[in-house]
Amino acid sequence: MQYICLIYSAENSGPKPGTPEFGELLQKYNVFSEEVKSKGMLVAGDALQPVSTATTVTTENGKVEITDGPFAETKETLGGYYLLECKSLDEAIEHAAKIPTAEHGRIEVRPVMVFDN
Amino acid sequence: MLPPFQLEQTISTLVREDWGRILASLVSSFNDWQLAEDVLQDSIEQAVVIWQRDGLPDSPAAWLITTARRKAIDHFRRTARFVELQPELAYLIGLEQSSEDFDIDNVIPDKRLELIFTCCHPSLDRKTQVALTLRTLGGLRTEEIASAYLDKPQTMAQRLARAKNKIAVANIPFEIPEESKLRERLSAVLCVIYLIFNEGYAASTGKHITRADLSDEAIRLARIVAQLLPEQTEVAGLLSLMLLHDSRRFTRQDSNNTMISLEDQNRSAWDKGKISEGVELLKATLVKQQIGAYQLQAAISALHAESASWQETDWPQINALYELLYATQPSAVVRINQAVAVSYADSIEAALTMLLEIENDKLVKEYQPFYAARADLNLRDGRKAAAKKDFKKAIALSDNDSQTAFLVDRLNNF
Repeated sequence: MQYICLIYSAENSGPKPGTPEFGELLQKYNVFSEEVKSKGMLVAGDALQPVSTATTVTTENGKVEITDGPFAETKETLGGYYLLECKSLDEAIEHAAKIPTAEHGRIEVRPVMVFDN
Repeated sequence: MLPPFQLEQTISTLVREDWGRILASLVSSFNDWQLAEDVLQDSIEQAVVIWQRDGLPDSPAAWLITTARRKAIDHFRRTARFVELQPELAYLIGLEQSSEDFDIDNVIPDKRLELIFTCCHPSLDRKTQVALTLRTLGGLRTEEIASAYLDKPQTMAQRLARAKNKIAVANIPFEIPEESKLRERLSAVLCVIYLIFNEGYAASTGKHITRADLSDEAIRLARIVAQLLPEQTEVAGLLSLMLLHDSRRFTRQDSNNTMISLEDQNRSAWDKGKISEGVELLKATLVKQQIGAYQLQAAISALHAESASWQETDWPQINALYELLYATQPSAVVRINQAVAVSYADSIEAALTMLLEIENDKLVKEYQPFYAARADLNLRDGRKAAAKKDFKKAIALSDNDSQTAFLVDRLNNF
């Protein structure tokens, strides 16, 4: 079954773009992606642009309301995700722990809903 | 025919004894916790009626599981999932047909380890782990568990329902963890069992369940795990520790519900059977040379248990054991307990120095036992003003009537 791993971290935490440490982080991400791909677990995965580029959309009485920014101002923000095919929660947890941002941020692991047809 | 009350007693005892094993086997068969619980509960209710009429079956446990399995099969036939569940159904029906077998291991395969490891899965919070363990392995009713936590039954029911749902939806696997993860996962199981043992319900007795019942349940659970994982020395270590603690059950409080310290307890009222069992088990475990924190704590407890009086206690040995314990589990709590041993093995001065070293620890600043221990040391050393100050602080931090009464008593009596 599929689990989404939502990658959260505080915007100032972790290596800054342009630094050698940031290059190392990207490299670690490549390694991780390769690992889950080779295990046949990688369904999807993407990094997201920072929350400063976010737009929040809602509707009220048919009227579309648009706000600049994420839906909530939180200390830790969503930076990316992986969608993984795993045998069990244990396997999902084991791999979520290897996502490089786990070192300075947090990964939320949630099962994807399956609808019986 | 058994009179109704006796029958109910029999069923009640049987249920407490066998609930965990039967439920574990049902969950293992068709991986649906709620259904397993429901069919087992229904079977018990049916048993009350049928055994009343027909008398007790030769093997009540086998009767219960067979009935439960039949109900599960009926349930699956009725639901839309019948087709995809063919293999599970076939397995269940197969089990049912071999129900002539009275070898308990075949009739009710023991899946209690899988069950307890799943209850104590790290993705469930500690309180949920405890509640789920009590419900599924202990067979305690939701109201009893709620009462133990001073929760409303409704709240506890929701917690349990949420946990079972998470296990199903997030697919927490029903299995014994593999070798590399076993130690870590087992340590959570032991922590949960010890928490159950220590749940001294502040009000001391809930309406439905007493502290004593929970301590008994913890010991029972530890026995099961020890029997199923005989090479894991810390399980035996915990069992030994709990037996030794429990041997003092009736000497801890006086008739006014005031706590009695270890120093003043009536040792002749300590349960010799439990002490003997705890000590023998510990001896058999220590020789396996895989020492851990529970074994060390048990060893300390055993030294107290075997000492005829507080004065005759082997304090240097206890101090040495605390030192080993600290190496495994460096915590202020260990130092506080060790300080008492140091005060007798060495000097009060040395003990006070040990406490001074941890005085500014974040965890210690509002930790009642620290002040209680230091108050006692100061008092013995003749430092009355310092003792008074510490007793007052300890009293202010105490959240337990029995303990508060004890401290107030000491404060008023010097």
